[in-house]
Amino acid sequence: MFPWLRKVLANISLPHLIIVAFFLILLCSAAPLGLSIPSLISDTLRRWAMYGILVLAMVPAIQSGIGPNFGISLGIVGGLLGATISIEMGLTNPWAAVAVAMAIGGAIASVLGILYGLLLNRVKGSEMTVSTYVGFSVIAFMNIMWLSLPFSKGTLIWPLGGMGMRNNISLVDSFGHVFNNWFSFHLFGGEETGIFVPTGLIIVFLASCLLMGLFLRSKTGIAMSAAGENPAFTRAAGINVDKMRIIGTAISTALGAIGIIVYAQSYGFLQLYNAPLMMGFHCVAAILIGGASTKKATIANVLVGTFLFQGILAVALPVVNKILPESNLPDVIRIIISNGIILFALSKAKGGEVSG
Amino acid sequence: MQSQFLLHMKNISKEFFGNPVLKNVNFQVRPGEVHALVGENGAGKSTLMNILFGMPVIHSTGGFQGEIEINGQPVAFDSPHQALDYGIGMVHQEFMLIPEFTVTENIKVGREISQPSLLSRVFGKELETLDREKMAWDARIALEEIGLNIEEHTLVAGLPVGYKQFVEIAREIDKTGIKLLVFDEPSAVLTESEAEKLLNIMRHIARKNIGIILITHRLGEVMAYADSVSVLRDGELVMRAEIKDTNILEIAEKMIGRKIERFVDSAAGHHDSREIALSLRNFHVDMPGEMVRGIDLDIWQGEIFGIGGLAGQGKLGIANGIMGLYSSRGEAEIFGRKFNPNKLGAALANDIAFVSEDRRGVGLLLNQSIEHNLVFSAMHTRNEFLLDLKIVKLYHRSKGRKHALDMIKLLDIRCTGPRQKTGSLSGGNQQKVCLARALTLKPKILIVSEPTRGIDIGAKKLVLEYLVHLNRQLGMTIIIISSELVELRSLCQRIAIIAGGKVARILQPDAPDAEFGLAMSGG
Repeated sequence: MFPWLRKVLANISLPHLIIVAFFLILLCSAAPLGLSIPSLISDTLRRWAMYGILVLAMVPAIQSGIGPNFGISLGIVGGLLGATISIEMGLTNPWAAVAVAMAIGGAIASVLGILYGLLLNRVKGSEMTVSTYVGFSVIAFMNIMWLSLPFSKGTLIWPLGGMGMRNNISLVDSFGHVFNNWFSFHLFGGEETGIFVPTGLIIVFLASCLLMGLFLRSKTGIAMSAAGENPAFTRAAGINVDKMRIIGTAISTALGAIGIIVYAQSYGFLQLYNAPLMMGFHCVAAILIGGASTKKATIANVLVGTFLFQGILAVALPVVNKILPESNLPDVIRIIISNGIILFALSKAKGGEVSG
Repeated sequence: MQSQFLLHMKNISKEFFGNPVLKNVNFQVRPGEVHALVGENGAGKSTLMNILFGMPVIHSTGGFQGEIEINGQPVAFDSPHQALDYGIGMVHQEFMLIPEFTVTENIKVGREISQPSLLSRVFGKELETLDREKMAWDARIALEEIGLNIEEHTLVAGLPVGYKQFVEIAREIDKTGIKLLVFDEPSAVLTESEAEKLLNIMRHIARKNIGIILITHRLGEVMAYADSVSVLRDGELVMRAEIKDTNILEIAEKMIGRKIERFVDSAAGHHDSREIALSLRNFHVDMPGEMVRGIDLDIWQGEIFGIGGLAGQGKLGIANGIMGLYSSRGEAEIFGRKFNPNKLGAALANDIAFVSEDRRGVGLLLNQSIEHNLVFSAMHTRNEFLLDLKIVKLYHRSKGRKHALDMIKLLDIRCTGPRQKTGSLSGGNQQKVCLARALTLKPKILIVSEPTRGIDIGAKKLVLEYLVHLNRQLGMTIIIISSELVELRSLCQRIAIIAGGKVARILQPDAPDAEFGLAMSGG
């Protein structure tokens, strides 16, 4: 009848149904608890788009054969450097500030990504473990750097002492909410009751997905995906597999930099030090929930996975907060939910492969 | 009631998703006979065996119709384990052995002989110690039974390929009460002498009143070693006969259902030119298991040149070296131009295309569509099938689709369409896709390695005929590397026999058998 429909149905597994059901149950239980459904949906929508590019960064990594990029923190610190430099330069036009931040961050991350790719080519077979530790190490290294880099702008450094950067840097005077507020509007109601649609943010996210989709259809993109799927085949076609893996890693890392800037402008703050430590895990979890395997990922996996993962977090926390108020349980539950999702997603990571 | 048959499968029907793969098949094996099961790829042989063993794939796709009787008793297996309890064993095509275990341990794995120990008295039977002496003794008996002269305590990892298969058999023999043994293409990975030995052992086992099912492509083996034969074609049993009442032509005919012909009408082919297409001087290739140790070859433009020899002698190394897949040294020239095979893609850039012997490993992207597989090489070496937007080159889908449809038609690739994944095609159709991809490059020299390995007769004929067509109509220079000497002799104008990594002889196809035999043994 509809071949594409049958294909979509065939791809939906029991775990997906459980996750979707869990999401819907949470959403349904929110209303009786007195939570505002529109605000929950606004929150889900905003988190979906703000995390999206970071999750999208997993696609070139998985397709080029290095697997889910746990070391996305490398790209993230590149983006943070770009953003802090942009603030240090004192750009007041938010569009100029965000453009400069992305340009510098992307450039730093690309260089780091190439080096990172060279490293991963030496550890074929254990990329997942190595990338996890690269992610941890670079955060630790940057903890030292954030304390000692010669930034001087008042909004960046601690007010006392004159050395070392703040944990949270406000973006109010720079590029905070620059995408979120662009052509934003309220759906089904006014300021208080409607669903807030961050138009600019969603456009940026979808445009990135479109560009990635085009890249995967380009000559280089096709060669890169082939290198990930079957290195021997790709070599036999005269293509340098190691180079393709480096391209995939570099693009992934650069997207990490762009992704964190988009994230930060939506959040309103830059978070330094240990804040990005676990971000790689969240991105990996999201794309795996979207149906990707450790060997194959598509844009659709990104769109679906980010929505489910962030949606559950966005809805679950207020719900738990209502049920068990005045405790630190919501935070504990948040950790259990997010790590539980990762564990679950990784345990089914092999399931997505197409068998011969 | 005692049946005269050890195994009787009655009116077996099975469909996968509405697609019938077995239609009312009756299949019988008597005790003590070697019964051959032959059929093209996709005829339903594996499905029939999966039903016999109660494999999960059968249950998960809706079971089957029909009955199975063993010694007249109706049985129904839910798992391969139950089949084992009834004395049915299988010798696999790919070895199911643990390399780091000794021969004895492999033979006895899962059925270890144990004796009580202190721990086991406290914690139960799982912790009994192994009676290694007794196990070794049993293993020794099983090995002697099949006439294999190896120490039972050697590690399997160090054994030659052929011996591993014998260890598998010894394991099956050692299972007490074994009644029926299935050999799945046992000779596919063996050399000729190993295969001969194996098949003799099989006959020897049958004499102990054990029924044997031999699944094979090689009709010669069927004639020489089987007592009776069943032929499957498109899920139907088309023939069951005693070997003494039939002949090889009849079996082959039933199997493909059309008159069998010689692969190609005549071996002729005329190349008047004396231009050298490919020239190798003192060419070494470092390919593990297929080392090439200094060969000199001149291949004329427009000829079909064969390279033969036994497995492991280096014939495969030559092609892989030229294509740059393994490192090489020595001189190589194409149409008088020197080129460096070690530079990745140099051969492709010099108009050489290659169809690898390792179809699933090197030849195909199994998770991608036929269309993508076909255009891949040409896209990357010739910049074809691309939409050039100056800053980026995108895949030109309509061009690729059209080409894929043309190739599917031209080579009769049996598929649901250009978007079918190559991993789900049969071996023969996969080979056609590999060939089509090489042709998409429009090469001047085409190297085809093991063109007919593991593919059915129908596809084999088509592939070989098409190679001849390319040579005659388009003047393409073709190099065929094959273990099947018959194939080389029916196609090629000259055949180089490789032994010990060197060219032993270059022979005409009509040279006497004895000369080929001598050349292969390095004489």
